[in-house]
Amino acid sequence: MNVDSVRFQHLLGIEGLSREDLIFLLENSQQFVEVSQRDLKKVPALRGKTIINLFLEPSTRTRASFEIAGKRLSADTINISGSGTSVSKGETLLDTARTLQAMNPDILVVRHRSSGAAHFLSQELTRTAVVNAGDGMHEHPTQALLDCLTLCQHFELAPSELKGKNITIVGDIRHSRVARSNIWAHQLLGNKVTLVGPATLVPHEFADEEAFGGGVRICHTLREGVEGADVVMVLRIQLERQSDNFIPTLEEYTRQYCVTPQVLEGAAPGCVVLHPGPANRGIEISSTLYEGTQSLVEKQVTNGVAVRMATLFLLGSRGRKENV
Amino acid sequence: MSDQEHHIPDFWKEVVDAETIERCLTRISYEIVEKDRDLQKLALVGIRTGGEFIAQRIHQKIQEIENREVPFGVIDITLYRDDLSDSLEQPTLKGTDLPFSLSGHRIVLVDDVLYTGRTVRAALDAIIDFGRPALVELAVLADRGHRELPIRPDYVGKNLPTHKDDFVRVRLREGGYTDGIYLIQAHDAKKG
Repeated sequence: MNVDSVRFQHLLGIEGLSREDLIFLLENSQQFVEVSQRDLKKVPALRGKTIINLFLEPSTRTRASFEIAGKRLSADTINISGSGTSVSKGETLLDTARTLQAMNPDILVVRHRSSGAAHFLSQELTRTAVVNAGDGMHEHPTQALLDCLTLCQHFELAPSELKGKNITIVGDIRHSRVARSNIWAHQLLGNKVTLVGPATLVPHEFADEEAFGGGVRICHTLREGVEGADVVMVLRIQLERQSDNFIPTLEEYTRQYCVTPQVLEGAAPGCVVLHPGPANRGIEISSTLYEGTQSLVEKQVTNGVAVRMATLFLLGSRGRKENV
Repeated sequence: MSDQEHHIPDFWKEVVDAETIERCLTRISYEIVEKDRDLQKLALVGIRTGGEFIAQRIHQKIQEIENREVPFGVIDITLYRDDLSDSLEQPTLKGTDLPFSLSGHRIVLVDDVLYTGRTVRAALDAIIDFGRPALVELAVLADRGHRELPIRPDYVGKNLPTHKDDFVRVRLREGGYTDGIYLIQAHDAKKG
């Protein structure tokens, strides 16, 4: 099976992908898991290709993950962050990106605080494939892919069989690109998504037809929200947004929404927990749960490399755009 | 699998039939066994996707002849190809599965059709990334010539004289067909 080459010129979000695209990406990602388990963790697939990781927001795991993925594919990867670069001198995103494109990279991986930044660059840059590594509150597609891949492995299902599961996402949904990408992904796969959190952080619009086709359920009580859940995905409470008054106090949030082993007693048998990291232990998730047997967080990080290898490989292994 | 997939187009000319394929594979199996009586180090590796089933059959025959287990694996050479950037198709990985250490083994690499030699070149690179075999040999069901690299098979089922623009296709019962090797001549290939 070969996918139409035009389909993956960029990876900007899960929204807009077809179910076949998503399954194709997950199936390919699964094959890359093996490369990272070898003694010699390197394949020549992207030899001679250049990948620029432009991370204009703090990031440890995503940036390390993209860099390792690029290196394991033999691409030359360079990392650019906000501080200590011309971005901190006031250069606009577009000027920075155009300058970088003038050096002929093959792939530009972008993280930016503004929603739509990756889309914008994909339209402005004519010769470079763009990967969205997180844009504002919009999307973080490789995170959703690695979450889905982790679930496929855990439940021992092929990507096309990961359906009918109850997925509960708990926390600051409003500001979460991880939640948005995951909602799109699980809707394509055919899983049922429940969003849990205080009304300020889980706007009722998420359940609207215009948002995600009306297929999302909202619940403001944690125990009710996790009832029968096969998967509970806990999101980080963004402490840096605390001044915005979305929650009264952290203590109150923790009292009502901290996910603990006790809370999960009402979940489906064999329920597993995901967290995109970094976690605030004792705030949105208890340490016991985070490190316990139900937690798949380490698997998520491992799979992150495989997903990013698959993404970079698909975008970087084709001829340049003008040849297509 | 639908009947459609089992259908061989009329313009595909059968050049090797099922019985001959079976005999070729039996002969190759005996040749592999006879070449080196110290079979303790022997292991078979099929190249995905064409070589996988051929390798499985040879593997089975050798195990029957020798009445013991022989290590077996398959490699996906997609990540080692030298034409990735030229291809307009999005490459799909089927995965590598080598459940044993290659180091010190006598590896017989197996493919269905040997043509330019580029696939074998990629497979050799892949093999070497997994360890240091004592020896690597090459077995192919059909050799159609037109090598572009200095690569030569150690075991050949059939030598097929072809024109460079022709296509050679192997169809096997594992794929839902009757075993056969088909030649599609360049002027017929345009038909589909």
